[in-house]
Amino acid sequence: MTDLSPDPASRRSPLHDVHAAAGATFTDFAGWQMPVRYSSDLAEHAAVRTAAGLFDLSHMGEILVVGPQSAAALDFALSGPMSRLAERQAKYTLMLDENGGIIDDLVVYRTGEDRYLVVANASNREVVAARLRERADGFDALVEDESGDIGLLALQGPRALEILQNLDGLDLRADIEPGTSTADAVAALRYYRAIPGEYEGRRILVARTGYTGEDGFELYTSPEILRTLWESLLEIGAGAGLVPAGLAARDTLRLEAGMPLYGHELGLSVLPAQAGIGRAVSLDGKGDFVGRAAIERGEPADPRSDFAGRVLVGLASEGKRAGRAGYAVHEDGGGRVGFITSGALSPTLGHPVALAYVDADRGEPGTTLSVDVRGTRIPATVTPLPFYTRAAH
Amino acid sequence: MSDKDLRYTAEHEWVDARDGVATIGITAYAAERLGDVVYVDLPEVGAAVQAGTVIGEIESTKSVGELYAPVTGTVTEVNAAVVDAPETVNADPLGEGWLVRVDYAELPELLGADEYEALTRA
Repeated sequence: MTDLSPDPASRRSPLHDVHAAAGATFTDFAGWQMPVRYSSDLAEHAAVRTAAGLFDLSHMGEILVVGPQSAAALDFALSGPMSRLAERQAKYTLMLDENGGIIDDLVVYRTGEDRYLVVANASNREVVAARLRERADGFDALVEDESGDIGLLALQGPRALEILQNLDGLDLRADIEPGTSTADAVAALRYYRAIPGEYEGRRILVARTGYTGEDGFELYTSPEILRTLWESLLEIGAGAGLVPAGLAARDTLRLEAGMPLYGHELGLSVLPAQAGIGRAVSLDGKGDFVGRAAIERGEPADPRSDFAGRVLVGLASEGKRAGRAGYAVHEDGGGRVGFITSGALSPTLGHPVALAYVDADRGEPGTTLSVDVRGTRIPATVTPLPFYTRAAH
Repeated sequence: MSDKDLRYTAEHEWVDARDGVATIGITAYAAERLGDVVYVDLPEVGAAVQAGTVIGEIESTKSVGELYAPVTGTVTEVNAAVVDAPETVNADPLGEGWLVRVDYAELPELLGADEYEALTRA
């Protein structure tokens, strides 16, 4: 056995002691020590698919953009039509650089007429905040990195709704129709919408968003009450099968759901269209934005990169041996046509799945390729994404 | 058999050596760090193995660990139950989760339980 170096000391979640007491194994993630699993990542993965899982996402970056021209500033700074968002609506969007490469993928919530909450990956929090400040210069808008003052939990899975409806102390009534209850408001919340309220006397934003391919909620609130929220949810959800879930399960869940991860599928060398997220770029809906000219030219963000001329595809194999990030993808019986960016034995499907960049003319679903798994060529078929879609309800 | 009686490698294998046969597995620490084991690739019975070389792989959902031969010799037995049910490595790494047995002529210097434990706390 190799590669089991201990984690270096790093930033800790407000829930660190709670995780440690629950038996969590920690991993260093973007400078944070976060739970990778509590007992079994397969059990945590299965709980999210069949019942519910609770994730501590304290490491994510939360950046507020506030001011009369915040919408215009974000239209210029980001790839999507931020000014077109209705209040309480959320949008998956990208921050691009001048070459059209991806600085980060973001979820942006419009929390008021002139207020937005931008949620960035932990590793990109500082660069996203810095670029937002630069790009908002000249607009009447203020950019504040509030990551230290906003905690985030994700409650994900088919039973997330009923669990959240039973949460004592959650009050969304100030913000909904008279005569309706908080439980009604939670149930009525649509996908990619968010509703503000109070929890234990603190402000909370309840959003129907997530990164697992299941129904669920993301809960933004004060770090001071994060522990109460965490423990209360686990207590009321236990009967429904709710378990704490770590980053290992989060990664296999998002992989099955075909969702890209910054640093694996996304980066400065990748144009949105290559990653299959061209829909997150709004060429028609608004005026100029950083990266627009490069996207319109359509040239690779970095012609010398291994990503140039390649597109993101799903690969599915038989057996149990999974291709991993960095493994080469070959033409059936031929030369290298790409590489894997994320891969695992799919816990839900029972066979290996991978996200890979392959030559654009090898990306057609049904194409047979092979993966070099440490010297052994394993056949793999290009498969439409996502690998897993939850049943309609 | 207590884990105090076993010998260990710095690569996180344990070795139960007696009467010229070494039973080999991965430590509880290694199993815990790997996460849920989903695939185990072991050498063939009869294979000659060299101490310090890779003779198998242990894959979890998250990563791949290599199994190093702690001794030089011939593989006499592999744990087919673990190949069929890789989760046994997590459930009982020092017992039912053993991986291979190797006939050896000479036992190299390996770590004692205290030395190994000190290593994992470093």
